[in-house]
Amino acid sequence: MSQISLTPDPGLRTPDRRRPATTNTCRVCAPLGAVLAFRGLRGCVPLVHGSQGCATYIRRYLISHFREPMDVASTSFTESSTVFGGKSNLATAVANLRDQYAPEVVGLCTTCLAETIGEDTRGIIRDLAAADASLPRVIHVATPSFKGCQHKGFHDTVAAILAQVAQGGERLRQVNVLAGPVSPADLRHLREVLNALGLPAILFPDYSDTLDGPSLARYEPIPAGGVGLDEMARAGRSACTIQFGDTLEPGPGAVLEAAHGVPLVRLGLPIGVQASDAAFAALAEAAGVPLPESLAAERGRLVDAYVDGHKYVSQRRVAVVGDPDLAVALAGFAAEIGMVPVLVASGAATGRMAQALALRGVAGAEVLEDADHDGIGARIAALKPDLILGPSKSYPTARAQSIPLVRVGFPVHDRIGAGRILHLGYRGTQRLFDEVVNTLLANSQDTSETGYAYL
Amino acid sequence: MLDARKSQVITAGDARAIVCDRPSVAGSVTQRACTFCGSRVVLYPIGDALHLVHGPVGCAAYTWDIRGALSSGMQLHRNSFNTDIRENEVIFGGEKKLARALRELIPIHKPKAAFVYATCLTGVIGDDVEAVCRGATAEFGIPVIPVQSEGFRGTKKHGYSAACAALAQLIDSGDTTGIGPFSVNILGDFNIAGEIWTIKSYLQRMGLEVVASMTGDGRVDDIRRAHGAKLNIVQCAGSMTSLAKMMQEKYGIPYVQVSFFGLEDCASALYEVAKHFADLAMLERTRALVREETAAVLPEMARLRKDLEGKVAALYVGGAFKAFSLVKALRQLGMRVAMAGTQTGAQQDYEHLKELCDADTILADDSNPLEMAAWLAARDVDLFIGGVKERPVAYKLGIGFCDHNHERKIGLAGFVGMAAFAREVHATVTSPIWKLVPRRQRPGCSNTEGTP
Ligand code: SF4
Ligand code: SF4
Repeated sequence: MSQISLTPDPGLRTPDRRRPATTNTCRVCAPLGAVLAFRGLRGCVPLVHGSQGCATYIRRYLISHFREPMDVASTSFTESSTVFGGKSNLATAVANLRDQYAPEVVGLCTTCLAETIGEDTRGIIRDLAAADASLPRVIHVATPSFKGCQHKGFHDTVAAILAQVAQGGERLRQVNVLAGPVSPADLRHLREVLNALGLPAILFPDYSDTLDGPSLARYEPIPAGGVGLDEMARAGRSACTIQFGDTLEPGPGAVLEAAHGVPLVRLGLPIGVQASDAAFAALAEAAGVPLPESLAAERGRLVDAYVDGHKYVSQRRVAVVGDPDLAVALAGFAAEIGMVPVLVASGAATGRMAQALALRGVAGAEVLEDADHDGIGARIAALKPDLILGPSKSYPTARAQSIPLVRVGFPVHDRIGAGRILHLGYRGTQRLFDEVVNTLLANSQDTSETGYAYL
Repeated sequence: MLDARKSQVITAGDARAIVCDRPSVAGSVTQRACTFCGSRVVLYPIGDALHLVHGPVGCAAYTWDIRGALSSGMQLHRNSFNTDIRENEVIFGGEKKLARALRELIPIHKPKAAFVYATCLTGVIGDDVEAVCRGATAEFGIPVIPVQSEGFRGTKKHGYSAACAALAQLIDSGDTTGIGPFSVNILGDFNIAGEIWTIKSYLQRMGLEVVASMTGDGRVDDIRRAHGAKLNIVQCAGSMTSLAKMMQEKYGIPYVQVSFFGLEDCASALYEVAKHFADLAMLERTRALVREETAAVLPEMARLRKDLEGKVAALYVGGAFKAFSLVKALRQLGMRVAMAGTQTGAQQDYEHLKELCDADTILADDSNPLEMAAWLAARDVDLFIGGVKERPVAYKLGIGFCDHNHERKIGLAGFVGMAAFAREVHATVTSPIWKLVPRRQRPGCSNTEGTP
């Protein structure tokens, strides 16, 4: 079949956030972010308060990316719950989760519906706990998607967990690391770095095992892994909180600073040599040790690779699409290796991407927030970059414009191994750099007349 | 298993009837979605209609380009159009934004019709979607049809009816001149991986004219004249029988319920259609077609069957009709079915499944991952058939899996489809990786747990 463009003449339209209709959204909804964060808590079953479609769709979407079990419960509203409230559904759901999953904690987030009918979710939970001591603990976060997307849902959930679980007390020799909605591979790498530094750390949320687990002989109702409530309780006693995310203002770590005086160190996602230097220096300082030899060696190899490959990326133009913090960090990396970020786009509306890009030394890129893929596609068609760094949802644009796509972030559901995509640290940067260079090389090789088999 | 769910699980040999057709138990992690989902999947494949989801971002995001429903022309359906309701509309209502969205999108995309899907949020804030649609119909001169698909209204089945009601508004608005006596509509095939093209080619070889396909590779103008056809062929009966009944009452068009999955079912589907027209030449053509098509795939299937004989399968699908066909198709491949479950089966469907299955086959209505995982392990299943949400349950346990849902990229309908199904099952079940998974590395497998 001939290739038919999905949207006619994208050049006709300029993205404008006041547009009444969204075409091919670049966001998903807030409870999805909440579910992801809850997956980083040990023994937690996420529960979505509202009609069950939301929970089922969120499961399906997360499964398509992580390819792992994703048991997410719903309070299954009916027509009468929308009129009389969902209290009895919530009570039934929590009791049923106790009976089936025996969770340490239920992670409750809300749909647009529950938020709109004015449910007093917090009050209901309080009553439930008072009435039945056998029920598991419930942590609650409000996630109306008409106010924010998965990015906000994720960080609000981290903040809610910290607010509801962390306790103060005597300082401990440990740090909190809030890495953001990164991949399981990223979390694993950060854990390895923390271990190499000998730095006791609460790395949260940690879904590296729950969302990238081994093959099993028996189904685990709740996948093993994640940070325990006991450990989270000690987060208020850490020496500091190191929080990654260029656009977070102030971000969930502020909860601990306000409640327990834990100083908050805000850093960008460690992608690129310089950003990784800053992040690892902060961790090494917290540990009171120099950067371990193994990391220094990784850094050395990365810079050596930059030298080998710089020619093939220099002055090449790139569009970056994704979660705001990831998009900003990737644009910073692109600029660091001599590429020209011409477009940095996100479906989220933080209002801070332009400023964050400036801090990364990225100048001249067009910045789109609260954008949809139709609008992003229109700008890509006009700007004609050499490469797109983005999720699978950028594929239709990449295909229509014949621009190669390097898949990063979320969702990556047209390939396997999304959870294994490493973005962070010298090692993640190395992987990204190789893939960017090789993608550009492959593209010119495939489209050249001669097709040399060597560089 | 939850006490509240025990009546929804039986074995085929049980004397008691299953309990089904009721809302999911809160906290049970149902595999079902919502009313909106039902409507969305039925109408989705109409490629020259604008599908506008009136609600917040998620409902639209999660249904963007998720079905492998192919179109031979316009591909508007592969976009996700959304009014993207924000706080402002939650407070002040979303009707104005909906009207503006239609005003923006219709001139750009020039669809032949538009469907506006109501979701939970726009239902609860009380938007009068119908009124906005009426206004837009007058303004743009194309049918702008509201779909009453608020998620909380009920299960997916309610969504099917809402979609049928929307289609009913289109039917009988087109000119039927030129439609011959040997004419049919196809209802309930969604052209996943081009399946309707296979089915259409069979019908055409039989000498039939297909007026409208609803909704696979569907076209608004065809649907508008669907009332001129002489027979409705209903596949995936769960979703579209209500429309067929309506057309029978209103236009006197009879319908047949068939399935094009599996050699047996596909052949009897074609015969039933031919019988309806009571035309000897057509019957002869049908016989020849079935003979030819079956002969083309049987040798390969016989070869594949050798490796599959005695293997054990389980299935969990949306509608019961697919389950019937799959049980038969698996049997044709020499496989036993240890468990068959559906999201939306009705009482009589489960009774029919009882007849089709072995006495110890587990039958489950509206199941969940924990239940299914227990049965898969207990029955030492080799293959699980379901959709994306069922896949990780199988894969985590190191069990083969085949997608028989909307997202698959392999056509499984028709005689050629059965061969493709057999090849996929074979490639899956005979993969050498299964001997490496933990459940195959332990001596023996318990065969007692998990039986209800
Ligand atoms: S909000 Fe309602 S319509 Fe939308 S996905 Fe959730 S249950 Fe379905
Ligand atoms: S109603 Fe809200 S929470 Fe539910 S799917 Fe839609 S956007 Fe997400």
